Amino acid sequence: MSSQRTQTGYNFAYLDEQTKRMIRRALLKAVAIPGYQVPFGSREMPLPYGWGTGGIQVTASILGRDDVLKVIDQGSDDTTNAVNIRRFFERTAGVATTERTEDATIIQTRHRIPEKPLSEDQIMVYQVPLPEPMGRLEPQEVVTRKLHALADYGLMHVKLYEDIARYGHIASTYDYPVLVNGRYLMAPSPIPKFDNPKLHMSPALQLFGAGREKRVYAIPPYTRVESLDFEDHPFSVQRWDDPCALCGATDSFLDEVVLDDAGGRMFVCSDSDYCKTRQAAGHTGSQSPVPATQEEAA
Amino acid sequence: METLIDVRGLTKAFVLHNRNEARIPVLDDVNLSVAAGECVALAGPSGAGKSTLLRCLYGNYLASAGAVCIRHEGAWVDLARAAPREILAVRLRSLGYVSQFLRVIPRVSTLDVVAEPLRELGIEAAAARTRAANLLARLHLPEYLWHLPPATFSGGEQQRVNIARGLIAKKPVLLLDEPTASLDVANAGRVADLIDEARRNGTAIVGIFHDTVIRDRLATRLHAVSTQPQEIPA
Amino acid sequence: MSPLLRVKGISKRYGEHIGCADVSFELHAGEVLAVVGESGSGKSTLLQLLSTRIASDTGSIEYQVTGRGLVDLAHLSEAEQRWLLRTDWGYVEQNPRDGLRMNVSAGANVGERLMAVGARHYGEIRNTATDWLQRVELDAARIDELPTGFSGGMQQRLQIARNLVTRPRLVFMDEPTAGLDVSVQARLLDLLRELVTDLGLAAVIVTHDLAVARLLAHRLLVMRQGRVVETGLTDQVLDDPQHPYTQLLVASVLQV
Repeated sequence: MSSQRTQTGYNFAYLDEQTKRMIRRALLKAVAIPGYQVPFGSREMPLPYGWGTGGIQVTASILGRDDVLKVIDQGSDDTTNAVNIRRFFERTAGVATTERTEDATIIQTRHRIPEKPLSEDQIMVYQVPLPEPMGRLEPQEVVTRKLHALADYGLMHVKLYEDIARYGHIASTYDYPVLVNGRYLMAPSPIPKFDNPKLHMSPALQLFGAGREKRVYAIPPYTRVESLDFEDHPFSVQRWDDPCALCGATDSFLDEVVLDDAGGRMFVCSDSDYCKTRQAAGHTGSQSPVPATQEEAA
Repeated sequence: METLIDVRGLTKAFVLHNRNEARIPVLDDVNLSVAAGECVALAGPSGAGKSTLLRCLYGNYLASAGAVCIRHEGAWVDLARAAPREILAVRLRSLGYVSQFLRVIPRVSTLDVVAEPLRELGIEAAAARTRAANLLARLHLPEYLWHLPPATFSGGEQQRVNIARGLIAKKPVLLLDEPTASLDVANAGRVADLIDEARRNGTAIVGIFHDTVIRDRLATRLHAVSTQPQEIPA
Repeated sequence: MSPLLRVKGISKRYGEHIGCADVSFELHAGEVLAVVGESGSGKSTLLQLLSTRIASDTGSIEYQVTGRGLVDLAHLSEAEQRWLLRTDWGYVEQNPRDGLRMNVSAGANVGERLMAVGARHYGEIRNTATDWLQRVELDAARIDELPTGFSGGMQQRLQIARNLVTRPRLVFMDEPTAGLDVSVQARLLDLLRELVTDLGLAAVIVTHDLAVARLLAHRLLVMRQGRVVETGLTDQVLDDPQHPYTQLLVASVLQV
């Protein structure tokens, strides 16, 4: 289907081969030093910074003709950013795309990791706005690079200390800092901390690209990834009181959906593929669509 | 009795580099030995160098020549040659000095000012304060003053604080610079009692006593300090 | 007994300008050394050399590293130097804003060094921070406030607590009281004096204020044009200065 819509006049997957080679070299280094931020010559892309220029360049560099691409934004395959990027690669590379997690070989993501377990033949590509986890506390990169070099991460705990002092608990709920392979402090991109445990010992290769900041980094398969915490304030993930209103899942990350102006709301899976798959298998929730009534038909 | 102070050939001259290198000789070839239980009063007119000698004995002035030996933990330390660290060690355990004026430390209460020499020897705070209180009581310093810093005290009150601070640690060598100068007869008498008690307990004392009554009461002998002719370059 | 710090012939030139020339001294545990001199005398350069912030052109600086004896600091890796700087050493800046993190709370400022050396128990870090705020006479109820709301004297005391929390053996201080009102200075000096005595700290204090030197230091190093012109027991150097420059310096102080 997609091959019919492939545009002519562009190199395969938009980027020229020299650029792809440069990015692949950076990625190889990133894989060799898990969690370490490798500089690369980020290119101008036909979308604004902050819309995934880093992730797109990484995907373009690793994409092959046989790959099957899935793109998600906040867990969903059909939001603007996801649709645009998916269409971009359909047109410039003619690769197959999918919304099914288990069918994808490359999953480019903004803000989520799919709920379905990943496998060894899959690659996750994360869009990263701010690659430096200590950037807010220490604006000078010359200083943060030295802190990384010396594994001097007390500063990050200062941030967590401040959270507890101010809110009674560690208030960071997304982009929650992790230590990769016991060595490098890493920003996992703005995924909810709910997803942090999925980074740990994942069978998939995980690549991170920050276009504006010109950095790539990686977590190779089966790498230790620990979320920072205190002994008396251990890391924990978000929990919801109710299951998904559509599929009844109790183990997924839920988004709040406002239903009306009267305060009506429901909580549904943020991972649309997961939710659909469960519904197709017959799982239901409190707000599951009932067979069409006459009113709706009218 | 054991000799605790041994001064040999002590010479002291001040060279004023910023006053055309003026050289003011004060002490020339001073020799003085003081044994435990002795109280030597330095005698001589004003400007004869009594205070200078006392300060050389404390290591506060640097000797131009000669040796200023103080007995410290069973050995002699020559203050004219010792490293600052050694001089401080001698002062800490062996050598006390009561100056004419109290050098006030801001905010520190009188009790703590007096207790400090004991604290420096590692004595626990409460015990040190108790001993300080006893001493201040003997010196008739009103109790309501004990918890105030001595900065605003009268000259006589400050002097008694200073005496108490100098005597509390019972150092074997004691140097006194006019210890009763600002005191009335009754208080001067109490101070004299304490000094004499220290001497009888074996302290070697060198002092400058302006008050001849006090001097005659305390001194076991006199040591004359004579004025040197001044050589001021033309 | 070998010294805590042994400095041999260190120098620093900036082109033709001499920052600091051929300085040697030893510092023992618990000793407080004041480096005095006027602006441009090289005393701040000396402090930066000692604390490894800048590298010396000549000579050596050796430090008694726990369990290793005297070690030439130039032979330590950068990581080891940093470890020293945040555990066994302290550095009190003249301007507390340079030594504090102004955008995190007082408690986090004090706790940072603990976290940097691996403390991972929030409750314990907070208790230690509370204890240190009290030791430097800050209201423990203000533990969660930013230092921006503190007065200059309070900020300086916070900076001192932040440095002393790991119980260093050696503290460098650059004009610690210079930016403060006179009334606040006295309180700070007294506090410093108490802490230095209680903790048995060795310290190198750079100051142009001879009264500060007299109150805090056991020994003095008088510097002029990058060189040490006189050194000795504090009261001896101040009461019986030998070098023409020291005589001038002492004579220039107004008596009150």
